[in-house]
This record gives sequence, structure tokens and C-alpha cells, in this order.
Amino acid sequence: MKNKELNSLKEYKYGFTTQIEDFKAPKGLTEETVRFISKIKKEPKWLLDWRLKAFKRLKSLKEPNWQKPKYPKIQYQDLYYFSSPKSLKDKPKSLDEVDPKLIETYKKLGIPLDEQKKLSGVAVDAVFDSVSVATTFKGELTKKGIIFCSISEAIQKHPSLVKKYLGSVIPITDHYFATLNSAVFTDGSFVYIPPNVKCPMELSTYFRINASQTGQFERTLIIADRGSYVSYLEGCTAPMRDENQLHAANVELIALDDAEIKYSTVQNWYPGDEEGNGGIYNFVTKRGACRGKNSKISWTQVETGSAITWKYPSCILQGDNSVGEFYSIAITNNHQKADTGTKMIHLGKNTKSKIISKGISAGSADNTYRGLVDISRKALNSRNYTQCDSLLMGNSCGAHTIPYIKNKNASSVIEHEATTSKINEDQLFYCNQRGLNQEEAVSLIVNGFCKEVLQQLPMEFAVEAQKLVLISLEGSVG
Amino acid sequence: MLKIFNLKASTGGKDILKGLNLEIKAGEVHAIMGPNGSGKSTLANVLSGKPGYQVSGEINFEGKKLNNVPIEERAQNGIFLAFQYPLEIPGVNTSNFLRTAINSIRKSKGEKELDALSFIKLIKEKASELKIDEKFLSRQLNVGFSGGEKKKNEILQMKLLEPKFSVLDETDSGLDIDALRIVADGVNSYKNKDNSFLIITHYQRLLDYIKPDFIHVLSDGKIIKTGRSELGQQLEKTGYKHLN
Repeated sequence: MKNKELNSLKEYKYGFTTQIEDFKAPKGLTEETVRFISKIKKEPKWLLDWRLKAFKRLKSLKEPNWQKPKYPKIQYQDLYYFSSPKSLKDKPKSLDEVDPKLIETYKKLGIPLDEQKKLSGVAVDAVFDSVSVATTFKGELTKKGIIFCSISEAIQKHPSLVKKYLGSVIPITDHYFATLNSAVFTDGSFVYIPPNVKCPMELSTYFRINASQTGQFERTLIIADRGSYVSYLEGCTAPMRDENQLHAANVELIALDDAEIKYSTVQNWYPGDEEGNGGIYNFVTKRGACRGKNSKISWTQVETGSAITWKYPSCILQGDNSVGEFYSIAITNNHQKADTGTKMIHLGKNTKSKIISKGISAGSADNTYRGLVDISRKALNSRNYTQCDSLLMGNSCGAHTIPYIKNKNASSVIEHEATTSKINEDQLFYCNQRGLNQEEAVSLIVNGFCKEVLQQLPMEFAVEAQKLVLISLEGSVG
Repeated sequence: MLKIFNLKASTGGKDILKGLNLEIKAGEVHAIMGPNGSGKSTLANVLSGKPGYQVSGEINFEGKKLNNVPIEERAQNGIFLAFQYPLEIPGVNTSNFLRTAINSIRKSKGEKELDALSFIKLIKEKASELKIDEKFLSRQLNVGFSGGEKKKNEILQMKLLEPKFSVLDETDSGLDIDALRIVADGVNSYKNKDNSFLIITHYQRLLDYIKPDFIHVLSDGKIIKTGRSELGQQLEKTGYKHLN
């Protein structure tokens, strides 16, 4: 590794840096690997120590195995934990070299050509439209004192904030995949909203070019200071070309007094082929702490990709009167499996949580909602409302609802509603009789089923998500 | 317009229609009456192409054999069924549904899709003709609608989609007198020399408002009697028994 190259990597901020040659960390999950990552990223000693502590802890942990979807054993020692962006010559030269199926999906979603290239990893020279977009965008945010950058940059420029909050919601000892992430995370996003600032736009990783290279162990940290507001969009509705099989990201949100964070995800990673070969394991830990009084955290997720999705975006409602929300659509088709839901931990008084979960299964897929509502003894007058609806398409898929409910005080109220239904032949007939073809009819019924969640998404996202729902279920009825 | 020849239909191994013949010309209104279980709703379903029936014989619509034409194509060609039990579709806004429907039909004819504004104008006009409150259009399709509202919604869809041939399957059941009159007025105002109707009903009262050209009595899967509108009044008095 030449110094010059290292520097060019470090300077890599929000443009494409294309001069870097391919280089990788030593293979395998070892202390050497952890040190290598930290060194390459020029991290301060406290962070290296933090990573090493996590690594040490990891050795005493076992992979959890209580989840419904089973997967073949992951060979951690065969993985590379750090690899630079691929060099230009290894990337597809033009869209002609990209899987036509992928391109077809982009067209259906109405993704602009430049964006298609970026998503499918086509080599693009340094000048790229979004660079200027990202720069103007940054200027506006800086004026308000908002920090929005990669976590690597934040570690260098805002170490006290990172040190104070990193791992404060998901401790390094949490569980196998979270601990693994703490030891070897490579990059991710960092957001800080100063007191009483309402972030004027939806923040999206899309505007942060280097986000597409963050790899499999992404780390995101969002802090909303007193009285502030931010809406954050993760990902993009288009399928991501991605070579990594295991994704173990950690996302931590912190809302202080009277602050609100809205976090939306549309996950559309490679789900594997129709026979169930390949596809991404999406084992993500997402957790938000409503640390201040009257704070609010709202998760909205549309999960349509990945071979296995295993995640529970959660809220810890510490501050009195704080509010946690979880809106989810999980679609599984072919051989996809999802075990997803949320945890609402009520600690403060008068805390409220709301869970709306919509699971759709088609083909031979299996979809589980698993959720925990835990109201502690001190969380007086707290409330939870949960609604879990499952929709089945065809005869070989499965849907399961596994709610865990704990209420430790008599002044709190918990409501749980669950329904399971099949796409009704008569509903389809009714739509067909009005001139809609089978796919239009399915789309209409499914979008109706998902509506309560879709309407939580920011406008432009919702339209794409709606199309995505249809594409994910294409050909699954009739 | 519609010619049915020796139509037989069975479902789950049970024969329901057993050789039915019927011809409906453009501009005509036909009524079908008959005891429960005689095959009236099956006829409506088979005409619109509902799956689940073994069908033989021939259904000919405007010179084209319909037997193997998919449901949506029949609809696009101008066949409309007003459902006896309109389906609820949760989360789907009534006006969105109607717009999707009218645009599917327009697309199939190679016409331009209606934009949101022209659609709203059109739907408001049709709704007011049927004395349907505009608020109704923003509700979820048929969810929580009263029986009368559901039936009015069917007639609204008919007027919007402008079919050539409409089957009304017991549209009068569950309607109070006022709603019955509104539904009948809706049909009468749409009726002209180019379109035709098949009205399935148990009661003469609907036929007091919508004058049929012919009344057929369906019994055990066959038409056993055909007459002019007086047949309805006669049946009201004597019932079906003496016809067998």
C-alpha cells in the first residue's frame, strides 16, 4: 500500500475517486484485520480500542439461532473485511454489460439513465451530475449547522460527537452481528442536527456519492439535538448491484428533548433467483433512543429485496411522553424469507408506541412478524397499539405473527390486532370485470393493503415504492 | 348483439345451466326471473367469464365467440356486470378504482387515458345524476357502504364505463323504494337504441320502473317461458309453480 494511495483514499469525500487500485485487508476475521481497518482510516486510538474491545467480545459470542429463516453457515474467515472501490477496468463499461433484467426494472421504475449507471456500478468518470447537486446541497445544510457526512469523515472532524454517541444505543456487547459490525465497520452516514433546527430537506444517502461503496458493515449514527427535526431516507428503490452476501449494518438514532427523527428505508437488494440461489442476507441492527422528553422516532420500512431479511428497527422510549412508531411492509416472493418486526421498550411515563406491519408472501416465501412491546414498571400511563396484517398469494407461502407482549404496570394499555387473508379470487374477478388485467388488479389490491404504510413515506419515494411493490410480485398470481 | 346457444355450465360436478338459448338485440331490455337455484347468477357469471365453471355451447357477442375470452377483455369489449354482492377492497380509494377502470378500458380501445382533472369532472357529473355524495368517492371501495350505496356504486360504474351490454344481477335486492327509483332512473337514462340490458330479479317492482321488452323464466337451468312485460305481473300473482 503506497502512501499516496492512502492519502487519495482519505481525501475521498463526495466525489468519485477513480485512481485507487484494488486493495484489500488481510483475509479473515482477526485482530490484524481490525487494526488494519482502523489504521487505513487513520482512526484515533480510542476508536481502535473500542473496535478491539468489540472484537474480543465477539470471540465469546455465538451467532443467534432463534430466528425462523435458517441459512448456511457463514465462513467468516474466508471473507475480506475491507476492500477499496473496484478499479474502473473491472466495472462494466456501459449499461450494455449489465444484466438486462436489472435494466428492465430500472426502466419500469423510471430511473434516469445516469442514475441507472451509478446503481449498476457502471464506471463513470469523475464528473457526475450528482456531484454538483451534493455540493450545493451541503452548502445549504452547513448554513444551518447541520452535519451530514460519512461516518469516517465525522470521526476525523467531529470526534467528540461520535465518541459521545457511538455505541450508546447499540452497545458493542449487544449481540453477535452488532458486535461484529462494531469491530469491523467500514463506513456509513453521520447526521447531527443542532438544537431547534428543522432540517429543510429529506436527507438521503443518495446525495452522498460514496455511500454506494460502504460495503457490508455499514454504520449509521443520527443525532437530533433538542427541538430539532430530521427526515432521513436510506437507500433507493432501485435494486442495488452488490457482491457482498452478508450485510450486518448498525443504525443508531438518538432523539433528545422535543426532537423528532423520521427514518425511512426502501430495501431492494438482490433476493436470489427464482429457485432461491444466491441473494443477500440482510442482518441489520437498527435502534433508536428517544432519550429526551417529548421526543419521537418513527421507522418506516419497505422490505422487498434480500434472500433473508432479519431485522427489528426498535425504539427505546426513555424520555417521558416520548413516541415510537414502526410502519413496515415486508414482501417476500419465490424463496425469500423475512423475519422482521420491531421492539418498543417503554421506560418513561406517558410513552406511546404504534406498530403497523403489513406482510405479503407469494411463491414459496415465508414471512414472519416478530415484535416485542415491553412496558416497564415505571412507564405509567403508557400505550401501545399494534396492527399486524398478512396477505398470502398462492398456496405454498407462509405468514406468521409472533408478538411478545410484556406489561408491568396496571395503568398502561396495550392493543394488538392481527389479520391474515388471502388475495381473494372474487376481488380479482371484480377488478377484471371492470377491465383491469390480472397485474393491474393485484397491484391495486396490494397497494390498498399497504396504504397505511406507503403514505408514511415521503411523496417521491412513495410513488416509486408503489411501483416496486408491483414489480416484486410480478407473475405471482394467475 | 348477444346470442346464446345451447349454453351448459357446471361447477363442482353439478350441472347448473342445462342448454339455455337466448338472443338479445341492440336496444333491448330483457329480464330473467326464476326461483332460487335456477341458475340466474350462474348465467351472469358465465357471461362475464368468471373462472370455476365448465362451459359448453356458445356465447356470441357482436359476432365474436366469447367462450375463451378473458374476463377483462370481455369488459373492455363492452360487457358489464353489476354484482349482486359488490366486493370490498380495503385501502383502495373508490375514485382511484374508477379511474383505473375507465383508463384500462380506454387504453384497450386505443384511446387516450383521462387525466386527473377531466376524470374528476366526469365522475362528479355522473355521481350527481345518481344523487351520490362526492365524499363517497374518497371512501375505500365498498368498505362500510350500506347495501344501497353498494348498488348505486355499481350503477355509477356502469354509467362511467359505458358498456354496450349490462347484466344487472339482483341489483334491486336490498334497496329501499327511494334507492330503487334512483337506480332505475340511472338505468333508464343510460338506455338507448345501441345498448342492451339483461336484468336478473326476483321481483316485479323493479320492472315497474325499467320496462323490459321480454321476460324469461329460468327454471332448472333452462328458459321455460318467455313473454312480454305482462308475464311479470302474472308471475307476481301466481308464482313459478304452475309453470312447471
